[in-house]
Amino acid sequence: METLTLAGAINAGLRKAMERDPKVILMGEDIGALGGVFRVTDGLHKDFGPDRVMDTPLAESGIVGTAIGMSMRGYRPVCEIQFDGFIFPAFDQITTQLAKMHYRSRGKITVPVVIRVPYAGGIGAVEHHSESPEALFAHTAGLRVVTPATPQDGYLMIQQAIASPDPVLFFEPKARYWDKGEVDVDAPFTVDGASAAMSHARVARQGEDVTLVAYGPSVRVALQAAQVCENEGVSAEVLDLRAISPLDIGAITRSVKKTGRCVVVHEAPVPFGAGAEIAARVAEEAFYHLEAPVLRVGGFHSPYPASKLEHDYLPSVDRVLDSIDRVMVH
Amino acid sequence: MDVHGPLSDDGVVRLLTHTGDRVEHPVYSRYAEELDDSTLRQMWREMVVVRAFDREATSLQRQGELGLWVPALGQEAAQVGSGHALRPQDWVFPSYREHAVAHLRGVNLAALLRIFRGLEHGAWVPEEHNFHLYTLVIGSHTLHATGYAMAMDRDGLVGTGDPGRDAAVVCYFGDGATSQGDTNEALIFAAVNNAPVVFFCQNNQWAISEPATRQSKVPFAQRADGVGMPNVRVDGNDVLASYAVTREAMDRARSGGGPGFIEAFTYRMGAHTTSDDPTRYRSKAEEEYWAERDPIARLEAYLTRRGALGDDFRAETEAMAKELAAEVRVATKSASKPPTSEIFDHVFAEPHTIVDAERAWFERYEESFTDAEGGH
Repeated sequence: METLTLAGAINAGLRKAMERDPKVILMGEDIGALGGVFRVTDGLHKDFGPDRVMDTPLAESGIVGTAIGMSMRGYRPVCEIQFDGFIFPAFDQITTQLAKMHYRSRGKITVPVVIRVPYAGGIGAVEHHSESPEALFAHTAGLRVVTPATPQDGYLMIQQAIASPDPVLFFEPKARYWDKGEVDVDAPFTVDGASAAMSHARVARQGEDVTLVAYGPSVRVALQAAQVCENEGVSAEVLDLRAISPLDIGAITRSVKKTGRCVVVHEAPVPFGAGAEIAARVAEEAFYHLEAPVLRVGGFHSPYPASKLEHDYLPSVDRVLDSIDRVMVH
Repeated sequence: MDVHGPLSDDGVVRLLTHTGDRVEHPVYSRYAEELDDSTLRQMWREMVVVRAFDREATSLQRQGELGLWVPALGQEAAQVGSGHALRPQDWVFPSYREHAVAHLRGVNLAALLRIFRGLEHGAWVPEEHNFHLYTLVIGSHTLHATGYAMAMDRDGLVGTGDPGRDAAVVCYFGDGATSQGDTNEALIFAAVNNAPVVFFCQNNQWAISEPATRQSKVPFAQRADGVGMPNVRVDGNDVLASYAVTREAMDRARSGGGPGFIEAFTYRMGAHTTSDDPTRYRSKAEEEYWAERDPIARLEAYLTRRGALGDDFRAETEAMAKELAAEVRVATKSASKPPTSEIFDHVFAEPHTIVDAERAWFERYEESFTDAEGGH
């Protein structure tokens, strides 16, 4: 066991993947000598050289587009998009090309590209540096969308994402980069079935009365809310989804069938967000087990606000508790 | 035509005039000299055969057998000339109008029509031909070509001096694509990485209804100057010159000399697609001007004058063209709808629970009708 930050754990996972497979290459802006603006690639340029840790021109579409071409020759490029709000120049390459290549070639071409995205808010950043665009990608068939919430998951899931033969959007909750946790660096890892391994939801806390479904940065908020409401006599179960695509519907419905109540928490705007899909699935598959409507807590249908306002925009512990109160009325 | 900028053919490399007279060029003549009469005859035949295929595909669309067709009429010399400059180990990244290059790479043209009949999105195995799938979004594949070339370089396939090993990528696109951000990013990535890729821009004068002047103030080849990439303009209706400039650029790329940019100055003699109506935006006089510069007629005149195109060869070519057209017609009309289960195939390379659940649901849904009809 080692104590690592989330950023350090992802760094260690990248290193492990690069040692395991010489075809793994990192591409991105400022990921070389600087080690990335969040230092997630720190030291890798020095140890693996500029051919495997490539500083690219400042062109996100170019990064993803050339990564697609390299992956067609058997490489496994891991692209870093510097900030969530900068992914949109690459949106076309990701959704129109990367997501569809395996399908349109009838399985003849695989494009195992990983796109790492520091995402979500809470760090007092300027505009376009705090967004949560995961639903846009989860809505696109052909992409896997995952997000670790803990250093242990950061370490393993980045390796699983790289080993997956499918394209993976790997969303890293940047506000959690400096959170520390125990990491088993010898945790069992198999390349086979890596896609499935990173897609199983994790029960982060057992509970009986209400299920809090969260992922990425919101897992900590949900756990804090569960702690508070325990003092008030409400037992909340917290599910860390890990994957947005595919959603682990089985784990969600299993928990909701037990608790009868469901509150979904994410930073992304609530309308048309991942919570909408989760609520619909729960209604379809656990309707007669529900004691209350499924509620969603998340960002508003506004652009991400200026940073002095972000703590009113983001799903706070208090807002999660408010929703728990509302479902516990039933 | 008294024009300047992108509409002018100033400075194009030309080895055959539009009347089929051979002219010399200080740099490129030597490449054309590699092409003996037998090879040139073969190139003429390929152009004739592909044009017959093209016309047949248009007929099939008119008869409702294809949803759409994208004619390449007029661009045969640019494609056959450049295509002949490729080695088997080179890779081609086409846009969607490179039917002659597809033919040269051994792609079955009848199978290619499956895309336009709505049977599948990609109708050949790229690895079997070193010919990537068509890309319909303008310019997107320029980045894939560049990344692929960067990977070839890493794989030690560049600059070894072994002509059977050294390889490069050629990427085809049109005048409209030069306005896309992706194309410009591809030029930058290729340049700074010294990638073995040749950007082959077929300037056919029209991006559907928009003339070249809506894309550029300067000849398209000059776009490459901004990234320090060698570039050349060529008469794209001259098969010899198209071969020569591609030979030179591919040789340089394979040997480690980096990327190049070719602007083939040509003309889309037909419509953009079968859904297009060029009479709404261009003149009869313009079409007549270019009809006099038909790439096939030009080579034919040259070969005929040399006595290198015998009646037997012509008759045999005509028969081959007819035979291909007939084959394509039969194959197209007999190609039936794929099973609905293909909707769910290959969405992901590894199992995905959502797709699996939807497939299972759809199968049950379809079976429910079978049961209702008495189990047949």
